[in-house]
Amino acid sequence: MKLLECPINGIRPISEFTYGGEYRNMPNPDTCSDSEWAAYVHYRNGAPGLKKEWWYHTPSGTWFIAERNTMTDKVNRTYLLGQEEAK
Amino acid sequence: MTSRIAKKRGEWINRDKPLTFQYEGQTVQGYEGDTISSALWAAGINVLGRSFKYHRARGVLSFANHDVNAMMTDGVDTNIRADVWPVADGMDIKAVNTIGGVLKDKNKYIDYLSPFLPVGFYYKTFYKPKSLFPFWEDKIRKAAGLGEVNFNYPRIIKPKKFAHCDVLIIGAGLSGLSAAVKAAEQGLDVIVVDENKQAGGSLTYDYAGEQTTADTLTSLLGKVESNPNIRLITDAYAGGFYGDKLVPLVGKDGITKVWAKSVIVASGAFEQPPVFRYNDLPGVMLGSAAQRLIHRYAVKPFNKGVVVTANDYGYRTALDLASVGVDVVAVIDMRRNGAPRDLSQKVRDKGIAVHISSCIYEVIPTSDKLGVKAVSVCPYDDISAGADSGHTVRLSCDGVAMSAGWAPAAALLYQAGTKMRYDYSVEQFVPDELPEGVFAAGKVNGVFDSKARQLDGQRAAAEAAAFLGKTVDVVTVPKVEMAPPSHPYPIVEHPKGKNFVDFDEDIQVKDFINAAKEGFDNIELMKRFTTVGMGPSQGKHSNMNAIRILARVRQLPVEKIGTTTARPFFHPTPIGHLGGRGFHPHRYTAMHEWHVDNGGVMMDAGMWMRPAYYQYRGRTMSAMEAVQEEALAVRQQAGMIDGSTLGKIEVFGADATEFLERFYTGKFSKQKIGESRIALLLDEAGVMVDDGLAVRVDDEKFYVSTNSSNAATVYREMQRNVQLWGLQVTLVNLTGAMAAMTLAGPKSREILSTLTKADISEASLPDGNMIQAEIAGVDAKVMRVSFVSDLAFEIHVPYKAGLHVWKQIMAAGESHGIRPFGTDVQRLLRLEMGHHLISHDTDGLTNPYEAHSEALLKMDKPFFIGQRSLKIIAKKTLNKKLVNFVLEKDFTGDMPNECNLVIEDGNIKGRVTSIAYSKYLNRVIGFAFVAPEQGSTGSTFSIRTDSGAMVKATVVKAPFFHLLDNDGE
Repeated sequence: MKLLECPINGIRPISEFTYGGEYRNMPNPDTCSDSEWAAYVHYRNGAPGLKKEWWYHTPSGTWFIAERNTMTDKVNRTYLLGQEEAK
Repeated sequence: MTSRIAKKRGEWINRDKPLTFQYEGQTVQGYEGDTISSALWAAGINVLGRSFKYHRARGVLSFANHDVNAMMTDGVDTNIRADVWPVADGMDIKAVNTIGGVLKDKNKYIDYLSPFLPVGFYYKTFYKPKSLFPFWEDKIRKAAGLGEVNFNYPRIIKPKKFAHCDVLIIGAGLSGLSAAVKAAEQGLDVIVVDENKQAGGSLTYDYAGEQTTADTLTSLLGKVESNPNIRLITDAYAGGFYGDKLVPLVGKDGITKVWAKSVIVASGAFEQPPVFRYNDLPGVMLGSAAQRLIHRYAVKPFNKGVVVTANDYGYRTALDLASVGVDVVAVIDMRRNGAPRDLSQKVRDKGIAVHISSCIYEVIPTSDKLGVKAVSVCPYDDISAGADSGHTVRLSCDGVAMSAGWAPAAALLYQAGTKMRYDYSVEQFVPDELPEGVFAAGKVNGVFDSKARQLDGQRAAAEAAAFLGKTVDVVTVPKVEMAPPSHPYPIVEHPKGKNFVDFDEDIQVKDFINAAKEGFDNIELMKRFTTVGMGPSQGKHSNMNAIRILARVRQLPVEKIGTTTARPFFHPTPIGHLGGRGFHPHRYTAMHEWHVDNGGVMMDAGMWMRPAYYQYRGRTMSAMEAVQEEALAVRQQAGMIDGSTLGKIEVFGADATEFLERFYTGKFSKQKIGESRIALLLDEAGVMVDDGLAVRVDDEKFYVSTNSSNAATVYREMQRNVQLWGLQVTLVNLTGAMAAMTLAGPKSREILSTLTKADISEASLPDGNMIQAEIAGVDAKVMRVSFVSDLAFEIHVPYKAGLHVWKQIMAAGESHGIRPFGTDVQRLLRLEMGHHLISHDTDGLTNPYEAHSEALLKMDKPFFIGQRSLKIIAKKTLNKKLVNFVLEKDFTGDMPNECNLVIEDGNIKGRVTSIAYSKYLNRVIGFAFVAPEQGSTGSTFSIRTDSGAMVKATVVKAPFFHLLDNDGE
């Protein structure tokens, strides 16, 4: 992957982006157990496949979600958080 | 004697521009357009270099940029490839890796030792005794190898260019040019690249004694040149295939990075040598090399020659040789069936004898071993690969052209992730599954017939157009029935060897057989043991034969052996092409020039340049002296540090308070305007990430500072969480827009009050508060911050006013003995104050309980980042604690360093995180992680220094200033 599409700025070289880790749904901190919380904080699934990831376009300061297959390094689509349906 | 022939149609030399150059002290004539090899060959010079290992004389092999035995140096550049490098008037060159010249190379004796130097010889012989290995290594490295590196090479910065296109076509041969025309007709933007000086590929040399090839090229080039959608780039090679179809084109002057929407690889095939004894002598060359010499450079390859072939291409070469007056003694065809009748008849009509089921058993060298005297021919069974050496016939000649087959130039296809399969109908690896948007056409795709190659190029272009969303008719390529262009096993064994497979590395057939016997019978292992394909040509003429030999040794079909992937770059690429300008920008603060002018010793601090300390007013001091002097100035009078690198972020909006309460550990809802609060940031695991100050500017606006090193990351995380939490908050990163400076010390208030009308008394501006005030005529934020000193003012002004305000304060402080101080001094001052630095005194696992920061955790808030993890951590027993310590009074022993371990009864209990001598306190003070039971005030622990000495330290309270009043112990 040498290019990435920022939902605001279009296709830009990868050097303009910062990886922000996998997107994970936070469990409710008030109701989840200690072990559920620890799993959320510490465990990552390293198996390759389709992942939802945070990416940041540094020059414009845009955070967005990229759906990337970590096996093939192909990005299926990118969108701003919460605008998945609109895309 | 010159072998230059009469002017030929399509020749690449310019006869109007003769030129002269020196080769090994000899004056040689050539023409503009000649390569070094073609000019030398035309002048009758056939020894162009010495081989890598045995120092055997070598001439022309391929003329296709992998004649790695003909490498030259001009004293500046080394390993110049003579087969492709243009001659220049006045050039003075010699062959690399010889002692005493290429003809009399003193290392040629190694060739006679070769029976004793099988592959693996060095590994096995010289590893014992170990002490002698450096001696042998030196000898071997001097004898083997290529040119010498010139360490005085001028640094030439070459530009990186970028280009974009719809279709990038690699190879401007018949299929590539046909593809270009077809793609351009669809309205697509096309780039065609070819490594040769002129486009045309095999159309520029494979004439078979006729003109039809040249006619085809003329008409095709006409269509290409008249089409504005096509950019034709010659004399540049596609160096590699990178993600998202990024292909660097390497030219003489630098690299052009092409972003292509689709790629057609029409890179053709490398001709492969048959293997027989002495197939490496000067005068023995590939058929296509002979054709290139004839048609591109108008040079006769030899006067009287034989052609050995295992396909129809040898016949075509024979016709070309005959057309320029070479006496072709015979075509020796290794196949039992020979060529199709019409082709072999054409050859016979020229008076050339054709011997089928025959091979060259060996070449007979001239007495000086620098050329060909004759060939020894014998019957050959092409299924068993058996040569009948009992019935040899000697044919005298001075040259041999060899054609045994082709290997696809598929390096870029492999790099793109193409799956290849072995196709028995062409005896070649061909693409099986291509990645999306990548297409292959022509010989690399296993298509050899000339009509079929045109169609195959058009087919690939149509597929590329369809991939790019064009509506285009499918082009089908009918299968042409023909004998395979490659022979499955063109290898003749000989008891005396010297039948070379890899000309780069002097590897013979028996080396492979021995390697397999030693257990290196996997292609990857064999490659590494024999070094086949690891020379400068990267196996372009040797890997295919190596695979065939290994397949036969292991009695497996070729496709079970597999291939190795040739990595970028496709040809050796000068480092100067890859290196470029150093894109490491530095950020300068508004006061940078002042620091430099006043003796600031500048250091990198992330992207910023900051003074560590000053050689103030031209005085030469050690770092220690300077640091202590500046620190004393702050304690006794005043000092000022440039703090512009602090992260400075404005947070405003209806949800600004809510945002800070979720983001940081503290409470901000009841914070009064003008008050500051410590802003401690954790990560989700409860680890300390950053601390700064959040000042309330008004009800919905905060001015937040971060550590210098975290400015970018904290701002980034703020942005992410604003989005994640959906809050009404706007963030403005003012880090670069605002200059900041901290004026500290007992005289600081007195100094500052001369520059402002604002009330900055203790009552109006107590510690932790901020006011907006005019300082030296500039609107500023003035904050009381006690990081380095109890009395200190942090002054934030717009970047452009930074230098003015700094100078005004320095001038106002002059009579009070003010000193500028640097970051090293700041480290000492904050240590005296007992302030730890996050990510210096803490690490990626430190939680606030371990760094006595519990008071900053407002656990009764509904949520903050890391809170849930802290609830878990709080239930567990603490396993380390950050403490302030002091060494005994007048300590003179071995000084501990940061990261030295705290040891108790032989067990590691912690480590020193900060340590420094303070002249003000006249004590060595520091921070250390220790076991919790060692953490109470007054308890002692031991630090092991670098030399192993144990040093006693005592835990004390912070700030350390009480040490001045008593012993503190």
